[in-house]
Amino acid sequence: MAIASEYTGSSDRWGQLAKTLKKRAFRSPSDTLTSVFIFGLMLYMAWMLVDWALFSAVWRAEDVEHCAEAGGACWSVIAARHRLILFGLYPYDLHWRSTLACIAIVATVVLSCLPHFWSTSKLVTLWIVGFGTYVLLMDGSLLGQAQVTTDQWGGLALTLFMFSAVVLLGMPMGLLLALARRSRLPAVKGAASLLIDFIRSLPLLTTLFAAAVVIPLLLPDWLNGDKIWRVIVGFALFFACYQAEVFRGGFQAIPKGQFEAGRALGLTSFQILSRIVMPQVFRHALPSTINMVVVTFKETAIVIIIGFFDVLASANAAFGTVEWAPYYIEVYAFVGAIYWIFIFSLSQYGEYLKGRMSVAKR
Amino acid sequence: MDAAALKTRRKRRELILQTLLVVAVALIVWAAISTAQTKLDELNMTSGFGFLERATGWAYSFSLIDRSIDDSYSRTLLIGFMNTLFLGLICIVLSTILGFAIGTARDARQLGLNAVATVYIQLFRNLPLILQLVFWYAVLIHMPGPRQAYSLGDALFLSNRGMMLPALNVSPLVVLGIFACLVLLGFAIFRIKSLQFLHKLGLWLVASIGLTLTLASMFAPAESSMFSLPVQKGLRFQGGLTVSIELVAMILAITLYGSAYIAEVVRGGLHEVPSGLTEAGKALGLSSRSIWFHVKIPMALRTIMPPLGNQWIFIMKATTLGVAIGFSDLFYIVSTSITQSGQTLELMGLLMLFFLLINYSLAQIVNFINARLALKGH
Repeated sequence: MAIASEYTGSSDRWGQLAKTLKKRAFRSPSDTLTSVFIFGLMLYMAWMLVDWALFSAVWRAEDVEHCAEAGGACWSVIAARHRLILFGLYPYDLHWRSTLACIAIVATVVLSCLPHFWSTSKLVTLWIVGFGTYVLLMDGSLLGQAQVTTDQWGGLALTLFMFSAVVLLGMPMGLLLALARRSRLPAVKGAASLLIDFIRSLPLLTTLFAAAVVIPLLLPDWLNGDKIWRVIVGFALFFACYQAEVFRGGFQAIPKGQFEAGRALGLTSFQILSRIVMPQVFRHALPSTINMVVVTFKETAIVIIIGFFDVLASANAAFGTVEWAPYYIEVYAFVGAIYWIFIFSLSQYGEYLKGRMSVAKR
Repeated sequence: MDAAALKTRRKRRELILQTLLVVAVALIVWAAISTAQTKLDELNMTSGFGFLERATGWAYSFSLIDRSIDDSYSRTLLIGFMNTLFLGLICIVLSTILGFAIGTARDARQLGLNAVATVYIQLFRNLPLILQLVFWYAVLIHMPGPRQAYSLGDALFLSNRGMMLPALNVSPLVVLGIFACLVLLGFAIFRIKSLQFLHKLGLWLVASIGLTLTLASMFAPAESSMFSLPVQKGLRFQGGLTVSIELVAMILAITLYGSAYIAEVVRGGLHEVPSGLTEAGKALGLSSRSIWFHVKIPMALRTIMPPLGNQWIFIMKATTLGVAIGFSDLFYIVSTSITQSGQTLELMGLLMLFFLLINYSLAQIVNFINARLALKGH
């Protein structure tokens, strides 16, 4: 019966759908009533939302005076201020550079989701190339263009910069910490465990604040560097401590016999790690790693508190003038949509991978 | 070379490596401390905890107890710590209740309930918490003023000054006393062995509402009523309890975000319960409510509890975002103290200490619950 339905055409698929609906939505009169009520309410709310966002909305920046009487969203604020939100205080006529730089980062993230790139060397190359392209384009001095320093980077571009820098720096740090925690040497193991547990039990904001405010007191001036780099290193350390636990989970999935087999074959510890263990660890840890990357992207928004002009800060600036002040909901909706689309699609992809791998394991 | 010699050589190498590591860490720490000392000397700062007794001289938004700008740093930090605990506990309770409700709906057979829960989870989980927080805060400060406040039955008002709720007409000291009585009552009820957990909880809730009302009517001032309702007088409200918009925004944002995560945890736990058990329950003629209370939840709690504990710790950490909208949580108080007094290292140390303390206690509570939930004989 179940096999037959797979081969009979689309009419039977409708039958399947009707059956599911009957079982899950219209089983009894009270069930039907609940379904009709809930779906009616949801449809109504969806209609209200679409009407607000599309049909009754004002779109062009020049039409801002119609916004007050129009019942819908006033997207004029986005039309007028989207460059501020996306690129912050980056020089206006150089915005093509930051556009290309943002595309480079997004492309890096999308490409690293493709199974074709799932080997250590390819992923490392991909991220270094993507991040390098970003920095080259944004800074510009090496391309023979006018130089733009990091203090003028802002908006979504700055958010993407911090995110990719944190992942790129944090991933090897996480791997090192995970290896150190597995070490046979008690001092190495103890130090790594202490660091990981300490950082993990503090809020991210404390780590970032310490990097921004406390580290300048502890380091000699020549070692201090820019505040942005200190915060990135602090954030990367935070990421690494969580990622180390993800790697540890991956290590635990490898049977002990494989290490012993490697040693029996006369391989060195480094060869066992790089040729036998790590490829499997990466595969096991992949869904959780994607989850960590998504969470990191979400948490990047916190840097506004440390005083960076990220996408949230530039959103606040976008409705900061008298003219645009009433349209704060539209600005937050715009920024929220950017975050939501990125986070939702990546986390759905992580879920899909998790499902696919659990099938493969069976 | 024989095996024993190789082994000693490896031992020696490992020992040298570890000693080097320890020496390097010690050197870095020593260098950092000496750099800090020279830098502090240049700034004419005295290190140490003497500043804790000085008066702060600055005001902040929220406190559970009396405060003034003449308070010492130690009292102000204590207030910040209490605010963080207070906000964290409220958010933990609310998002756990909401999370269980939505997680159950997410696991439901009913397609409509399922769809609502899915939309809720995907909406609130996939947006940065701080974005949601500043959004709710912006919505709340754009509320109409007290004259045009939204009201619910003339007892609850919402305006840009905050949320006004009816309150018990008693002094704060009595409130503290009532609270202590409720905790004692809780301990007494949970010692009863013959009752089930959820029955104990229900009994405690009913008994505590009764006890609160009795005590409040005993201690209320003679000529006024037991409740104090907020009444609009010109540009402000009198009576009742005023919850500032900062606190409302914090509770709203953290609860929505936290409950979406907890709902996923609960759904995962309910999903793990073998379907044979629910079918057996149905075959025995149990109602779907009894199946949920007596079969699914007791089984699922064992898988739910460890990740739920992590979510509780996360919620406690999330209170630090209060600094973004000016809610005076511990982090806000510490960072303001740092800019005002300059005692960076001491204050950061205290902040970390407080958070380690909170996390450690929460972990102990979760361990205790886990131990109580564990199957006997396993």
